[in-house]
Amino acid sequence: MNSVFWTHLVKDLRIEWRSLDAIVSMLFFSGLVVVLFSIAFDPRGAFSQQIAGGVLCVATMFASVSALNQAWAREIRHQVMDAQRMTPSSGAQLYFAKVLVNFIFVTVVQVALAPFFFVMYNLQVAGDARILALILPLGTWALVCNGVFFAALSIRSRNRELLLSLILFPIFIPALLGMVQAMNGVLTGDHDPWLWIKMLTGYDIIFTTVSLLLFDVVFHAE
Amino acid sequence: MKKAAFTLFPVITILLMIWGYYQAIYVAPDDALQGYVFRIIYYHVPSASVAFCFFAVSLLGSIGYLAFRRSHPNRAQIADAWALAGAEVGVVFNTVVLTTGPLWGRRAWGIWWTWDARLTTTLVLWLIYVSYLLLRRFAAGPQMQTLAAVLGIFGALDVPIVYMSNRWWRTQHPAPVFGGDEGSGMKDPTMIHAFLWNMLAWFCWGLLVLFIRYHVERRHQQYAALEAEEALASAD
Repeated sequence: MNSVFWTHLVKDLRIEWRSLDAIVSMLFFSGLVVVLFSIAFDPRGAFSQQIAGGVLCVATMFASVSALNQAWAREIRHQVMDAQRMTPSSGAQLYFAKVLVNFIFVTVVQVALAPFFFVMYNLQVAGDARILALILPLGTWALVCNGVFFAALSIRSRNRELLLSLILFPIFIPALLGMVQAMNGVLTGDHDPWLWIKMLTGYDIIFTTVSLLLFDVVFHAE
Repeated sequence: MKKAAFTLFPVITILLMIWGYYQAIYVAPDDALQGYVFRIIYYHVPSASVAFCFFAVSLLGSIGYLAFRRSHPNRAQIADAWALAGAEVGVVFNTVVLTTGPLWGRRAWGIWWTWDARLTTTLVLWLIYVSYLLLRRFAAGPQMQTLAAVLGIFGALDVPIVYMSNRWWRTQHPAPVFGGDEGSGMKDPTMIHAFLWNMLAWFCWGLLVLFIRYHVERRHQQYAALEAEEALASAD
C-alpha cells in the first residue's frame, strides 16, 4: 500500500465527512425499503424470520447503488477523472481505494440500520449471531467490488445511473443468493451457513481479482 | 465457390428444418408418460445447446477483441463482430428456451416455473446477455467495444458460479418437481433420430443467422470507418 492508494482513500473519506451525502441518502433509502417491505409483506412470527435476511440484503443493494453512482460521478466535475487517467500510477490502486471507501460507507449504513431492523421485524437470532459479522462484510464486499467496477464502466454512457443497476444486478445474483441463504441459516437456525460463506468468499476472491486485472482496461477505454 | 456456398447453405438448412419437423411431429411416437407435449423437447433442447454455444462464441470474441485491440485493429473488429453476433443470436435462442420450457413444464410438472439450478442459470444467463446488449446500446462511441468485451468476460465468469450456487440451494431445499434427466425418457430409436435431426437442423439455422448477423455487423463497421474517413477528409 503506497501513497497513491492512501491519497485516494483519505480524499474520498474527507469529502464524505464534510458532506455526508452518500451515507445519509443510503441510510434513509435503505430504511425506506425496510418499511416498504414490512408494509407490503406484513411480517409476523416465523415468516418475519424467514424474509428478514433477504429484506436486509435487498435494501442494502438498492441503497448502495446511489452511492456507487456518486463514486465516479464526483470525479467527472473539473475533469478530475481525466487527470487521474494521466497520472503514471496503476489504476488498480485507485480502484482499490474506491472499493474500500464504499465498503466503509455501506458497512456504516448496515451497522446503523441493524438495530432499527431488528426492532421492526421482531427478530430473534436462532443460530450464532457472531457469524453475521462475517456474512455481512463478505456480501457487502461482493456488492461493492463489482459495483465500483461497473460504475466506472458505465460512467461515460447515456443513462449511466440506470445502466449501473442493469449490469450490476444480474452479475450480483449468486452473491445475493449466498448472502441471503447464509443470513437465513443464522437467523432461523434451519441450515448450516458455512457452505454459503465459503461460496461468498470464493465469489469475492474471483471478482476482486478479475476487477483488479481489468480495471485499467475499463478506465483507459477510449 | 463462396457464392455457391452462400446460396446452398440456406437451402440445405430449410430442407433440414422441414425434415426435422416431419420427424418430430409425425414419425416419433408419443412419450409413454408425458404424451404429445413431450415433442417440445425437439425444439427446447436444440435451442438451449445453440444458445450456450453462441454465448461461448461471444466470450471468445470478447477475449479476442481485448487481446487484439492494440496490435491488430482489424482482427479486433472481426472479434467484436463475432462477440455481438454471438450474444444477440444467443439471446434469441435463449428466449426460445425460456418460452418452450414453461409451456412444457405446465403440462409435465403442473407448474410454469421452478427455481431449479438449470432454469435459474438459463434465466440469469439471459439477463446477463440482455444487459450486455443494453450496454452496447447505451455506451456509444469507440470505447463501447472495450467496455462490452469486459462485461462479456464478467458475465461468462458468473455463469458457473450461478449454476453451482443454485445446485447447493436446491440440494438443501429439494423440490418435488425436480424430476430426472430430460433425455432419460428416450428409449425409442425414432425418438433419438428425430432428436438428432432437429439438433442438426437448428444448429444449421443458428449458424445461418449468426453468419448473417456477423456480416451485417462487419458492413456496419466498414461503413462507420468510411464515414469517419470522409469526415476527416472534408475537415482538411
